[in-house]
Order: sequence, then structure tokens, then C-alpha cells
Amino acid sequence: MKPIWHFVGLILVVMGGVILTAGLWSLWVKPLGPPKVLSSLHPELWWGGFMILAGAAFLVFNRRSRVE
Amino acid sequence: MQAIGLTPFDWVIILVYFAFVLGIGFYLKRFTRSDEDFFLAGRRNSAWVAGLAFLSANLGALELMGMAGNTFKYGMYVAHFYWIGAVPAMVFLGIYMMPFYYSSRIKSIPGYLKLRFDEKTRVLNGFSFAAMTLLVSGINLYAMALVLHTFLGWNWDVSMWVSALTVAVYVTMSGLLSAIFTEIIQFFLIWFGLFLVSVLGIIEIGSWDEIFARLPEGFARLWSNSGDPTQNGMLITWGGIVLGLGFVLSFGYWTTDFLVVQRAFSARNLRTARLTPLLASFFKMAVPFLVILSGLIALALSRDPASGFQLMSDGGKVNYDSALPMLISRYLPPGLAGLGVTALLAGFMAGQAGNISAFNTVWTYDIYRSVFNKKASPQHLLWMGRAATVAGIFLSVGTAYWAKSMPTIMDYMQAIFSWVNAPLFATMLLGMFVKWITPNGAFWGLIAGMGSSFAMYLGVKFQWIPMKLITLSSVSSDMAANFWRAWWAWLICFLATILISLFTRKKPESELVGLVKGLTPRVIDEGIPWFKRPAFYAVLSLLVLIALNIAFW
Repeated sequence: MKPIWHFVGLILVVMGGVILTAGLWSLWVKPLGPPKVLSSLHPELWWGGFMILAGAAFLVFNRRSRVE
Repeated sequence: MQAIGLTPFDWVIILVYFAFVLGIGFYLKRFTRSDEDFFLAGRRNSAWVAGLAFLSANLGALELMGMAGNTFKYGMYVAHFYWIGAVPAMVFLGIYMMPFYYSSRIKSIPGYLKLRFDEKTRVLNGFSFAAMTLLVSGINLYAMALVLHTFLGWNWDVSMWVSALTVAVYVTMSGLLSAIFTEIIQFFLIWFGLFLVSVLGIIEIGSWDEIFARLPEGFARLWSNSGDPTQNGMLITWGGIVLGLGFVLSFGYWTTDFLVVQRAFSARNLRTARLTPLLASFFKMAVPFLVILSGLIALALSRDPASGFQLMSDGGKVNYDSALPMLISRYLPPGLAGLGVTALLAGFMAGQAGNISAFNTVWTYDIYRSVFNKKASPQHLLWMGRAATVAGIFLSVGTAYWAKSMPTIMDYMQAIFSWVNAPLFATMLLGMFVKWITPNGAFWGLIAGMGSSFAMYLGVKFQWIPMKLITLSSVSSDMAANFWRAWWAWLICFLATILISLFTRKKPESELVGLVKGLTPRVIDEGIPWFKRPAFYAVLSLLVLIALNIAFW
């Protein structure tokens, strides 16, 4: 069976992707709601990107491992 | 008033979470063939998997929000729950107790009581644990619905039923394995979803030092104001913290509560099982940087009128639990707000799954097979485990509706652990380390400990006895009373067990091999490099603990 780390990687990539998309949408299409404190830092962009990278690392490092 | 508004992106995040946990349940079902697969996850987990699950089983959303709120109320003192109130007990479990638990191949904590003492002690503990677990599970469900209704405006019944049925589906399919998988996913969601709140809080306030500079005097320290109870928000002395929280409540919970210890039983071998609580202790020590820090940030912001930050209030009374949701609302934009809400939701649901997977094991092995059907086959037990999962969920929902009709039930939750776990720790300690403790001594000692704890609780609640008799101080709080009551219950159980054992029949030593110190071969980690030995991690964990306590003295 696939190890838990595979699923952790998958969910981080998917959620990070949604968060990054939300950030890009707010930036380029239209704001999604009233501005938050420190919104000028665009945390959704770098945190979403960070989640994608972390998730990808989990997927890559566990791509061949199996739990018997 | 709703604290957090959600956009379609936030809803997508929440739906992704539900799809994942259900998908994992379906995926793991094909690997759940035997009763050992269902109840102990096939005993195939690594120390990392078991360790993170061990910690996450305790890292519920109620705890995250409650502890952030308590920090707003009491300051750094709350970090005692994570450091002295957890780490020494986790180290003790890993180094001294796990060899007895794991080597005897038991499936539950009551199972150990059966081997070491007798059937009646096992059944007593099995029933009290099952009742406690269902009560906690129901109250957890009620609290979740209340939180979602208060902060998000969600329908009370819909949010409760949807989450309860989701948990029922994935735990019924693959038991402890799916509970552990979702607990680990919850761990990552909590860190990714909530740590950003602390980071942004530090950026807004300016620095770590500036946060502490804005706190009221005494709120930034752990021990230096613990000599006089009037000088700290919790109204408790260092004696109550060390004896009540650091010793009895902490050891009682972390070493005997099957909800957490079950995760270590799922480890693939003894060394891995011993490493489970030791690795978890490092993560436990890190949790204050998520929870306590956000509580301190909320407090620092609320003391600055220019920040515009304040907690929610219900009928003029400050809602301290709103500290974390209000910070999520302040900092997290669309998408990230959904992640923050999902982290809380995952915390509630994983807590529910943890309680139910512990309940179905104790019900199946320690009550059903022990009392009702001694000859049940492994396949029948597997079926019973699944049936107990569904029944447990419905009983939890019933308890949640009961809690809704009687909100004061929440007040009892803190006290429940000192009724069941504190005396049980005395029984376990004596059972594992003193070979002449008898079955009748253990049984009646346990009854005396549980009964006295309950009587002290009622006595103080209805003012039959003054609180200062329990807390040894004229100034004290309910929290202080909990700590001290746990200590007295432990002491009564400890002394009663010894006294009764002196006059009752002992078990033959041949039946105690592998269960008691002195009759069990010592665990020697020969041939294992020093950096892979449990003792190394135990020493390292204690050194970090000491450093943290000195840093915030």
C-alpha cells in the first residue's frame, strides 16, 4: 500500500494549488473580498507556493516506497 | 455575528478535505482483512507515523481554540500543559512502560489489567473508559457544531451530521489505519493552516520581543511568579502544577489513556513503539509556538486600541475561544481562510475518529468478548468492531444533542479525566513495578480512587466541602481544584491498593512474567547505533524541555 506521506504530499499540492489560484485571481481578475491586515504581503501567493513545493517533495521522495 | 466569511475558493478547500478522507477510507479498505488490521492497523507503522498519530490524537480543535483562549486569559502559564504537563510522561511511557505494554501483545490498556490482575479490573476499566470516550466524543461533536455555527453561521444539525457520518464511513471501512492516516493529514493541515497566523502576527506587531513587551506583568513567565497564587492568572502554586498537572494528570493521560497509547501499539516492533511517544514529545513541545503564541498575539493586539482587534462577546461576556478564529479572520485571505477553517474541522473530525477507534477496540475486546461472547472468532470480532463504530457514532450524536440541551455539561469535561485516568495511573504504576500488588488490591484501590475523585468534585461543586481543603490555599481557581483533586485521587488509589494488597491473595509469579519489573527481561538495545536508541531521544527531549523552561522562567 502507498505510505501516508504520499497522501500528505497529494493534499498539500492540491490545496496549495487552490490557494495560489485564489491569490492570482485576487491579484489579476478581481479581489475576492475586503482586504485583510497585511494583505499587501500576498501571503496566499507565497504560502500557496510553499505548500505546493512541500507537497511535491513528499510525493517525489516517496514515489517508490510501499508499506507491506 | 459571523467572524469568518467564506468564498468559493474556501469551499473548494473544504470539499477537497472531505473527498480525501473518504477516498483514503475506500483505498485502505482493501488492506483491512483481519481484526488486527482493523483494531491495530496491522502493527506495521513506523515510529514517525505512530508518533505523529500519537500526538495528533490529542491535538483536537477544541484544544487548539481553548488553549489559545486560555493563553489570552492566563498568559504563558498555559504552556505548562505542553511542557511539564506532557513531556516527562511521554518519556516515561517510552522508556519504562512501553516494554510491558508492547511485549505482552495486548490489544488495549484494559487487556493489560486482565493479564496483570484479573477480569473484574479489566471490565471495570473497560466500562469506565468506554463511557468516558463516548461522552468526550459527543461533547467534541457538540463543540464542533457550536464553533461552526458561531464563527461561520453554519447550520447546527447539518454540520454535526455531515462530519459524524463522514467519520463513521471511513472508520467503519478501515478502522485504526484510516483514523491514523487522517490524524496525520490533520497534523499537516493544522501546521500549514494555523502557523501562518503566528507568522503574520509577529510581522504586524514588529517582533517577538515586542509581543512580550505588550503583555501584562506576570503573563510572560512560567515559574517566577508561581510561589504566590495571587500573582498568576490561574491562581495556582508551583506545587499544584508539579504534583497535579506535571505528575498525576499528565502521567495519567499520556501513559494510560488508550486513545493515545493505541497509536504506539500500532508500531511495527518494540523499539519503534518506544520511539513513538519520544518523537511525539518534540512535536508536543513545538505546539505552543502555534497555540500559545497566537493567544499572546491576540492579547497584545487587544491591548492596543489602534489595532482595532477585539474578541467576540456573548451577552456582554468575553468569548475567549474566539481568539484563534478572530486572528484567522484578521489575517487569512480567501483560500487560506478555507485552509484555516479546514484545519479546525480536521481537528474536530480526527478527534472524533480517534475516540471512536479507541471505543470500538475496548468495546469489542474488553467488554463484548470478555463478558458476552468469550468464543467469538476473529472474523466475528472484525464485524463487531465495525458495528461498534456505527453504534458509537450514533451514541456520540445522541450525547451531543444531550449536551446541547444542557450546556453546563461542558464544565464537566475537564473533570472527567481526573475521575478515570488519575487513579488508573496509580494502579498501572504499582502493577508494573511492584510484583506483590494483588488483583483485589488493584480493583478496590481503583474503585476508591475513582469514587473519591467523583466525591471531591461533587463536594466542591455543591459546597459541601470548602475548596481550600482540596487546594491547600485560600485563593484558588477551578483549574487549581482539578489539579489538586487529581493528586488526591491518585494518592488515595495508591495507598488503598498497597493496603488491600497486604491482606489479599497474590498472583503466582509464573503468571506475571513479562508484565512486572523484576520478572521481565531488560530491554537492551544491543547492536543499534546510539543515535537510533530510545534512550538518546529521551535524554534529548528532556534537555529541550529544561532549556524551554529556563528560557521562559
